[in-house]
Amino acid sequence: MSTLVLVLLTGIGLGALYFLVASGLSLIYGLMHVLNFAHGAFLTLGAFMGFEVARRLDSTSWWAFAVSILVGGLVGAGVAALTELALIRPLYERHIEQVLVTVGLAFAAVALYEGIWGSDPIYIQAPAWMRETTGVLGAQVPNTYWVLMAAATALLISLVVFLRYTRFGTIIRAGVENRAMVTALGIDVRTAFLLVFAIGGSAAGVGGVLAAHYTGYVSAHLGSTLLIFAFIVTVIGGLGSLPGAAIASVMVAVLQQFANYYMGGTGDIIVVVALAGVLLVRPSGLLGRRFA
Amino acid sequence: MSTAVPSALRIEGLGLKIGGATILDGIDLDIPPGSLVGVIGPNGAGKTTLFNAISGVVTPTSGRVLMDDRDITGTSVPARARAGLGRTFQTSSNFPRLSVLENVRVAAQASRGGSYSLLRFPRGDDAATAAARDALAQVGLEHRAHVPAGDISHGDKRKLEIAVLLATDARLVLLDEPMAGVGSGDVPGLVERIRDLHQVKGCTVLMVEHHLEVLMGLVERVAVLVAGRIVAFDTPERIMADPRVQAAYLGSAA
Repeated sequence: MSTLVLVLLTGIGLGALYFLVASGLSLIYGLMHVLNFAHGAFLTLGAFMGFEVARRLDSTSWWAFAVSILVGGLVGAGVAALTELALIRPLYERHIEQVLVTVGLAFAAVALYEGIWGSDPIYIQAPAWMRETTGVLGAQVPNTYWVLMAAATALLISLVVFLRYTRFGTIIRAGVENRAMVTALGIDVRTAFLLVFAIGGSAAGVGGVLAAHYTGYVSAHLGSTLLIFAFIVTVIGGLGSLPGAAIASVMVAVLQQFANYYMGGTGDIIVVVALAGVLLVRPSGLLGRRFA
Repeated sequence: MSTAVPSALRIEGLGLKIGGATILDGIDLDIPPGSLVGVIGPNGAGKTTLFNAISGVVTPTSGRVLMDDRDITGTSVPARARAGLGRTFQTSSNFPRLSVLENVRVAAQASRGGSYSLLRFPRGDDAATAAARDALAQVGLEHRAHVPAGDISHGDKRKLEIAVLLATDARLVLLDEPMAGVGSGDVPGLVERIRDLHQVKGCTVLMVEHHLEVLMGLVERVAVLVAGRIVAFDTPERIMADPRVQAAYLGSAA
């Protein structure tokens, strides 16, 4: 019983981490039809900058942790906005080229990070509480997972409130549904593109800092690994659907954890099989728009 | 530079070639303000392409488009919309997962751009929402305000398109088959809504429509487009009697 609870809760925590990455991917794809392969690079930069800030402060203190989260989010938003302005915008409406440029950026970024921080993992320190566990129904759940769940929940709630109840949110939702019409109404969707990139990058940056606490280290490849699963989650959830990404994040991660524990570490394979299954039965994903 | 009679829309030698194919071929049109003009022609004649060139979706390879005597040929789609050009699309002009009210409010707030904070929460009584509710009431859709636009009937979707235009500052509107796929019971209501757009709101209206009998009873003038050229531009009566139109369009449509 306690093992079951532990596997389930760590699965949900991992799902929370996936969602921090997948939410931005899904928003960006939904509005701009760009699969952003550079999203992992935003995450890694957020992680490194968060680490750099934390180690200059007292990295075992809560306030250093809070500052590192803030810095991760700001750096993620900044680098994403810069990417949109400098690389994506000049290739307006040229989706293949836009995707290719994000692929190139992803490779270049990893090389740059290795040049600065080396290719070995750098182990990080955290507030003492985050290294401890909390007992739930006999399962000792590492506290990092609670932080991940709290962050993902806060992100989901603020994104839903933003998209549903603000004017800009309405424009973004309208743009996801029918971009030609939004433009014909006199709205310059490029502003929305920039904003969506910044929001996605910010979530990835925060995700990077938390991913470092999840794995216990930062490395130039932190983002690349997570990006693969975030893509799978985004496709299973339905490209462009935020609730779909949230549900799929938890489903995929829980499935992965259960397969890893009970089926001899086959989690990654099972996830890919699940992806294939969803694509066969529902090519547009769980909550994605059906293709005509 | 100003002409004696101002034009709401003037098209001069508009041409579009894609690859070797000529899609639009030297189109000249002069539409005075307050006109209600129909555009007809066989499938593939270039009617939608003409609308796309006017609204900026496609860039013509030759010629000019002038709105209120101002050259808008090189401007973007949103810039033209902000200058007072509204349009609907043949396939879908709605946002299916947004509520009917939100569909109209996006349009209303776009027309009120700049002066408000985009992050502000729209209150129930703000100007854009009020304009949206008025427009919905005008087309008789206020009781569907909170239903997702994808869930309303086809006729109601067409009414919603008109409500969207009513809520904007558009002075020149292009309607691409506003009655396509609408049951005959809904046609008289839609005709009245288009009249509202023309007479109550005072828009200059260009519409592509295949329901010829409805169109001929509604518009003041008809432009006939065949193979990318305007072959006739006259009153409905004369168009119906024109042997070239009969041969080029009515004959082939029958």
